[in-house]
Amino acid sequence: MELQSPRSDETHGEHIHVVSPKVYLAILVILLIFTATTVAVSYVDLGVFNAVVALAIACIKMMLVVLFFMHIKYSTKLTKLTVVSGVFIFFTLISLTLADYISRAWGRW
Amino acid sequence: MSETASTTHGVLAGAQHEHPPYQRHHFSSVAQQFDASNFAMWLFLLTEIMFFGGLFTSYLIMRNWYYPAFVAGSHQLSIFLGTTMTAVLIISSFTMAMAVWCAETGRKRDLILSLSLTLLLGVVFLCLKGFEWHGEWVEYHVPGLRFSVENFVNPASDPQVFKEYHDKPLATDMAENVGQYFFLYFVMTGMHALHMIIGVSVLTFMILRARAGDYTSGHVTFVENFGLYWHFVDIVWIFLFPLLYLISRHS
Amino acid sequence: MSTSTLVTLPDQSTAKIPKVNFLNQENGLLSWILTLDHKRIAILYLITTVFFFMIGGAAAAVIRLELLTPAGDLVAADTYNKLFSIHGIIMVFFFLVPIAPAVLGNFLIPLMIGARDVALPRVNLLSWYLFVIGGCFELYMIIFGGVDTGWTFTTPLSTHYVNTHVVGAAMGIFIAGFSSILTGINFIVTIHKMRAPGMTWFRLPLFIWSFYATSIIFVLATPVIAIAMVLIVLERVVGIGVFDPARGGDPILFQHLFWFYSHPAVYVMILPGMGVISEVVSTFSRKRVFGYTAVAFSSVAIAVFSFFVWAHHMFIMGISNYSALVFSLMTMLVAVPSAIKVFNWSATMYKGSIHFDTPMIYTLGFLGLFTIGGLTGVFLATLGMDIHLTETYFIVAHFHYVMVGGMVSALMAGIHFWWPKITGRMYPESLGRLAAIILFIGFNLTFFPQFILGYLGMPRRYWSYPPEFQVLNVFSSAGATILAIGYLLPFLYLPWSITYGEIAGSNPWKATGLEWQTQSPPLMENFPEIPIMDHEAYDYDWLERHQQEVASV
Ligand SMILES: [Cu+2]
Repeated sequence: MELQSPRSDETHGEHIHVVSPKVYLAILVILLIFTATTVAVSYVDLGVFNAVVALAIACIKMMLVVLFFMHIKYSTKLTKLTVVSGVFIFFTLISLTLADYISRAWGRW
Repeated sequence: MSETASTTHGVLAGAQHEHPPYQRHHFSSVAQQFDASNFAMWLFLLTEIMFFGGLFTSYLIMRNWYYPAFVAGSHQLSIFLGTTMTAVLIISSFTMAMAVWCAETGRKRDLILSLSLTLLLGVVFLCLKGFEWHGEWVEYHVPGLRFSVENFVNPASDPQVFKEYHDKPLATDMAENVGQYFFLYFVMTGMHALHMIIGVSVLTFMILRARAGDYTSGHVTFVENFGLYWHFVDIVWIFLFPLLYLISRHS
Repeated sequence: MSTSTLVTLPDQSTAKIPKVNFLNQENGLLSWILTLDHKRIAILYLITTVFFFMIGGAAAAVIRLELLTPAGDLVAADTYNKLFSIHGIIMVFFFLVPIAPAVLGNFLIPLMIGARDVALPRVNLLSWYLFVIGGCFELYMIIFGGVDTGWTFTTPLSTHYVNTHVVGAAMGIFIAGFSSILTGINFIVTIHKMRAPGMTWFRLPLFIWSFYATSIIFVLATPVIAIAMVLIVLERVVGIGVFDPARGGDPILFQHLFWFYSHPAVYVMILPGMGVISEVVSTFSRKRVFGYTAVAFSSVAIAVFSFFVWAHHMFIMGISNYSALVFSLMTMLVAVPSAIKVFNWSATMYKGSIHFDTPMIYTLGFLGLFTIGGLTGVFLATLGMDIHLTETYFIVAHFHYVMVGGMVSALMAGIHFWWPKITGRMYPESLGRLAAIILFIGFNLTFFPQFILGYLGMPRRYWSYPPEFQVLNVFSSAGATILAIGYLLPFLYLPWSITYGEIAGSNPWKATGLEWQTQSPPLMENFPEIPIMDHEAYDYDWLERHQQEVASV
């Protein structure tokens, strides 16, 4: 699926991978299919799993965009680490805050 | 400044005293310049993640507390519009990725075409969003400015939605909390739209520069970095769509 | 053993300030306000932050004057509220947060890593303009009536119960926040991508490590307060109700968002100071910093831990017991990397040949004050203690010990240490030492009584207090006067020294950093030729060999 070739132009170094339009097109189709899927699934009663499935599909779509459209698959460790650390702190904010709200219901010890 | 600097690129650049016009002279090579600005763009996106992070946190807390209100609020949104906007934005991400490819491979005409398509899709998205906001204004769903709980304490007052979902009436206090859903809906989509507006403005500027051939003569950093921004805005919407539009759609 | 002074100056009868340097390479006002040079931007920041320091300081002076007597007699109660709010907002967001990164960091990071400039010079200038615009919002707020929410903008007070200029103040902080973000991005990129050949991560001065950690906090934490401020503004302007309990919102949610930034911001205010101390301790002890790797990683550890402790500001606000327990334990963990630093600095001085020049005196003051401030932080992290002590003067004393005793001492150490590099001239040494000692004495006299006052139960943010607290309050106000003299002295002699100080030469302290191996003041492009780093940081043997080589040539 990946048809990348190093930049022909000397001045840009080899670190930029040119991703082929075929890959982009494939990703676009997958993204649109996932969009249709998430809408379809939302009409099926799965209880709490409705939200889980919707978020899972959103995460997969995000991964596809980040990896291919944003070229993370082809980039340096540093950039990958940057993305991961951002997501990590994002989840820290959400999880530690929610942990407070959820554990308030447990009352006192 | 320029005289002294250009004679002393020294160690790193070696004998290379001529550099392309777009290389800024505190960098020792174009590769270093590209790396630096690309990395900077990623760091900026990190701050953007955290900026929306605060909103997502608020959303999750409120949704946990007032789930029935969020269901009722969500049912008021048009799933058709939401899906269309998602598709529009995803396609615009694709055209943006193509624009980056065109710049990298030096296709000037295709670059202008891709950028223009991206711009067009971005504007379409904003129009749809504006149309949707207008609908909410008309139906008294803008808390703080123009809000009524009528549709939520008495779902039958909105026959179109009622026919589809048969929502049970909410108690008055829970119906008030639909306001929380719409607060977050407006702040989140509003912040997203603000990012789109900034993106669309930069796109316009880029098309002008692309016509002058700025990006196809080797210097693609700006197009690549803007691409990252545009995809990021797309990702935000990828999450907003299920969170705002797809709460308990089965009847 | 120790000698009193380290400084070696060139022969004053023949010495000259380099004919070409960044201060005179370009002329005119435009060359300053449109400059892309990191050193000039640092000086622009220095002028603006010092201006805000004076505003915040003036507010503090009136506060201490009011608290001289138990009755509220000097200003009205709501004026007092405005005064401490202005003091807090200005000092935190417009002085402590920006001054060390934007002044010392901007000036020194490229010089220390052997780069010509920061990676994004235009972004750097933009960040200064954002800072100025944010500052103008605050000035507008102050001139047209002030704000009385305290620097914490506590909801629903800030959103519903006051009619002061909350919107202006919040917008100012929002805009200035983006200035911090841009500075943070710029530093991280610069440190990653602009290092001179041979400058590996473990050859970097520890100053760079601590500024790197600071920048991480800027990038990841600042946007969260930005969105919190946006929500406050929207709540006031268009009636959004996310924080409004009357409409199902939650004021504690604001506290979470606010402290998610504001706790890490506390480390923004101290980490750069720690970087300065590492440089100064090593130079004036003539020894490599003991445990380089431990000190380097402890900076990063402090930055990372800072994201897991924020709710210790909320123990009495109704967060869950379980959450409070976890946050209390996490907070105590922060003491570990902080202690690693203090122990390693002490070990660096052990058997070193210590010189008591002004920067070193400030540094010794820092070590004492920061240790007291840090340890009282552990008291406050303890759940039961916190419930007794929070919202009293104990808290006030604690964070002033860290931020003023710690950070401002470190800042003064840094400014004196690098003053010869920035201006090419020495400050008057004896006056410098005098100011350092006055600052230390004045500071302790001001804030130590507040620990006792707080423990006795005097709440913060009140304009009057029961008469039995007066003695300690008089001590505190008297101390503030002495502290003010400690600040005023450098304000007088530093500008004086720009014209009349002795010529410093490129390396008056015989320090090892790359910034000392170029002329003072440096060229616009920093180095005539990009240096190659071929030795470890703080290698004083290398310096000696290097200086002999230069002399023999
Ligand atoms: Cu804290």
